[in-house]
Formats: sequence, C-alpha cells, structure tokens
Amino acid sequence: MSLDKEYLTINLGPTHPATHGVFQNIIQVDGERIVSAEPTIGYIHRAFEKLAEHRPFYQITPITDRLNYCSSPINNIGWHLAVEKLLAVQTPKRVDYMRVIIMELARISDHIICNSILGVDTGAFSGFLYLFKQREFIYEIYEEICGTRLTTNIGRIGGFERDFNDIVFEKLEKFLLSFKEALEEFESLFNRNRIFMDRTIGVGKISSQMALDYGFTGPNLRATGVDYDVRVMSTYASYEDFEFDIPIGTTGDTYDRFMVRNAEMWQSLSIIRQALDKMPIGPYFADVPEFYLPPKQDVYHYMEALIYHFKVVMGEIPVPSGEIYSAVEAGNGELGFYLVSDGGRTPFRLHFRRPCFIYYQAYPKIIEGELLSDAIITLSSLNVIAGELDA
Amino acid sequence: MDFNNDLIASLKTEIPNGVLAVDSQTDIFTVTLERSHLIQVMAYLKTAVGFSFLTDLCGIHYPDLLSLGVVYHLHDLKNNRRIRLKTFVNQDNPVLDSVTAIFPAANWMERETYDFFGIQFENHPCLRRILNEDDMSYFPMRKEYPLEDASRTDKQDDMFGR
Repeated sequence: MSLDKEYLTINLGPTHPATHGVFQNIIQVDGERIVSAEPTIGYIHRAFEKLAEHRPFYQITPITDRLNYCSSPINNIGWHLAVEKLLAVQTPKRVDYMRVIIMELARISDHIICNSILGVDTGAFSGFLYLFKQREFIYEIYEEICGTRLTTNIGRIGGFERDFNDIVFEKLEKFLLSFKEALEEFESLFNRNRIFMDRTIGVGKISSQMALDYGFTGPNLRATGVDYDVRVMSTYASYEDFEFDIPIGTTGDTYDRFMVRNAEMWQSLSIIRQALDKMPIGPYFADVPEFYLPPKQDVYHYMEALIYHFKVVMGEIPVPSGEIYSAVEAGNGELGFYLVSDGGRTPFRLHFRRPCFIYYQAYPKIIEGELLSDAIITLSSLNVIAGELDA
Repeated sequence: MDFNNDLIASLKTEIPNGVLAVDSQTDIFTVTLERSHLIQVMAYLKTAVGFSFLTDLCGIHYPDLLSLGVVYHLHDLKNNRRIRLKTFVNQDNPVLDSVTAIFPAANWMERETYDFFGIQFENHPCLRRILNEDDMSYFPMRKEYPLEDASRTDKQDDMFGR
C-alpha cells in the first residue's frame, strides 16, 4: 500500500507576528519540515533612490534614517561620510570621535534588538526586558545629542550641529556602567542555557563559502568564520585609532550569530570607552561653509553667514561631478552608498547597498529541510530589517 | 597602480576587445566592459584574479546617451582590493547577460535592476519584479518618469511651481 505525498502550503506573513516585519514567505512543508520557501518582499517599498534624485544632499539624511531604523545613526553618518568623500572634506578628529561613539551606540542598540528578540522567539522573555531598558538609555543619549530618538537625522555634512553637552557625557558614563552589568546578566541567562543552546546550535547553518557567494556581510558573515569588517578593511571616521577585536564564529549557525553579536557589543563598549578617554578638544564641524549651516546667531549679524545660509538651504552651491562608493559597517553588514553626481544640486544617481536585501535571498536555501519553528528563529537571528530590505 | 596596469594588460591578452575604457582617477579603479564579453571577464576576474565577492550591482540611466548602464562592484577580500566594472546597453534594446551563474548574490540585485530600469538579464533563473508590484507597466527609475504623476491637478501651485 502506498500513500500519495502531498505538501502543505503555509503563508507566513506578510504580517505574521513571528516575523517582526512586513515580509511574506510562501512555504511548502512536508509535516514539520520545509521543502521550499518563496519570499515576497517590497511591502514597504518607498522609492528612496528615486526620491534621492530629487533632493539636495542634506535632505537625503532623513531618508537614510528609514533604511535600518534600528540603527539610524549609522546610516546618517554613513551618508555624511559618502558626501564628504565626494566633496573631499576633511573632518576634525573630534568629529570623528563623536561619530564613532554614536555609531557604536547604534550598533549596540541594533544588536540588542536582534539578540533579545531572538530570546523572545526561543521562549525567554526576561532577557528582552533587561536589555530594552538599556536601549532606552541609548535613545536618551541620542535625544540629548540631536533631539530625536528613532529616526535620528543625526549630525550634518561636515560634523554636528552642536557639540556634546555635559549631560551627554554624564549619560554616556552612566550607560557604560549599567550596560556592562545588563549584558553580563543577559549573557548569564543565555550563553550556557541548555534550552537556548539546544534550540539554536546547528539551526540555520551557513558555510563560509555559501555566505560569501550570497554576499553576506556583517555579523552573519563573521559567524561563519570570515573576519571581514569594513571598519578595519576600509577604515573610516578614525577607526584606526582604536583597539578592538573582530569576533568570529565557526559554524555559522544561529547560536554563533548570537554569540558574535554579544561579543561585538563588548567590543563596542570598549571602543566607546577609548573614544571618551581620548576625546580630542577642537571644533565639532569641518570648515566647509558651503555645505555646513552657519550658527543662527551669525546669520542674524554677518552678511557672509546669511549668504551661506541662503545658499545651503536653496542648494545653490555647485558640487563636484564624479562618482564614489563609500561604505560603513552597519548593524547588519556593509552599508554602501554609490553616489554619482553630475554637478547638480541633487545626486544624478544614488544607490544604497543594503546588506539585508542582499543576504535575505539566501534565506530559502538556509531553511530548506529545517523545521518550521527553526525557520522562525533563523529569520530573527539573520536580523532582516524590513525598512532596509525594501528601501 | 602597478596592480591595475598588470590587471588591464592581462585582461587584454586574455579577452581581446573585452575592455573599452579604463579610469584610474576615481576612488575605485573603474573598467568599462564590452557587453558581449561581460561573462568572460567576470569569470576571469573571479577565478584568476581573486575578485570573488560581489559587493554591489546597480543600474543607471543616461537619457542623453540613450543608454542604460549596469555598475558592478567587486571585492577581493584576501588582498582588500576593490574594482568597479561598468557596461552599457542601448535603452531601446536593453539586453545583458546575467552574472548569477558566477555570483549567486547577483540574483536579487539583477531582479532589482530589472524592476527599476527594465534591463533584461539573459539566463537569469527568475527575472521577475521584486520591489514593485507585478503588473506595473513601466520602469520607474528611468529618468523620463517624474517623481509624481505629472497629470495631477490637485497639487498645482502657480507661485512655487511643482
């Protein structure tokens, strides 16, 4: 006697509570095992590249906020760095150090979300609560620096609109202490937790060769054992001044990705500490009056400042034509900006190299033959952010 | 610089007529390729030279030249070298070979380029729209499409002009 085999089709998403974002997977299952998956993306596509072709450079910063909204400051600063590369602007050391502090804070907040949500998906809720309190502290620091929390629009082309005030430094010191404790507690809850290990070890495995073939970057690539980090390979914002390790994994499974992100948070803490200790004295913006808005007081009292203010706002300053590719190490990989300028007030073409758009295409391959419940935690450990996926 | 010159020399002996132009003034060494030799050059760069990582692939439209371009960024992770490759097709007949057989990561990037610029990648495993809806009839990133629907009347403003 033979039984006819019939697969069950499951529609996971677009708004499934287990996927933490708007993406759909049409999954064929044989019992609990996945036979094939077909991702559909683009549900929150907002045509950023088209929008960017119609905006002056400084107005593109708010667009970059909405790429990976878990770590907007990295996107903002990545964009500033790209424009500064096109304009050949040299930023003062203090600007670089301030940027490093903010980017590392953003990296921590990005990893907090990924790792604590992974905990929630595996059934451990308390780690999420402990770490989200810390994320709130990070957002308070952003608030002190730029006035906003999630979509930060932080900094300006050439530097910052204002210096870090005393409250920022106070809050940073407080955060360094409290986060150390919280992360230790978080690690003691998860790292050697039998249930968590059983649930994640060997799940969603990727070999290093496959990861490279599919364009993986960031923690997901490093979890497979490849030590590629943009901060070291094409250094920017004075990252060469700091001592830090690049944590890597060995097997590229969900547990390794989790451990790499945890280790990166420790490294980020150490980078912030070093930056605070070595913080240079000096101006907090580069000397580029054509692109950096003058202080408001000067605009009221000096003619040059008024002229520059007008020119910056109206986008009347010629930009060198040319093309550049500039990349930063964002929360989940290499965030690249390919910018082509024809000398006009807006970019001729701007392309965002969004890391998770590129590595999410490997997802069906990774989960093939795995259990449906494992596919969920694989997705959350890959840290696919819908805003970045769909641009 | 020496490396770049050697690379071009070996490319020219290996694949004659493959290289159209070279630009060493830009931030990343840039090579413009003849489109019929794209696959050969890509395979050579990956296997013989070591540019094994496809960082980025995107389209670009030059309406004045009536051409659509595709820009590839490759990365040699071992020696930390980058290279930018460009190839152009006529906008009336935008057909280009797909590099998915060499770089699996190109799959979605080429779909995105097709979706926005309408470049037909031949031998692509599944060339469908990816971010826009399936029944869209045009390719929105081409320069001839305005940001907003030009026929809209509810937003016209004589003073500042839209």
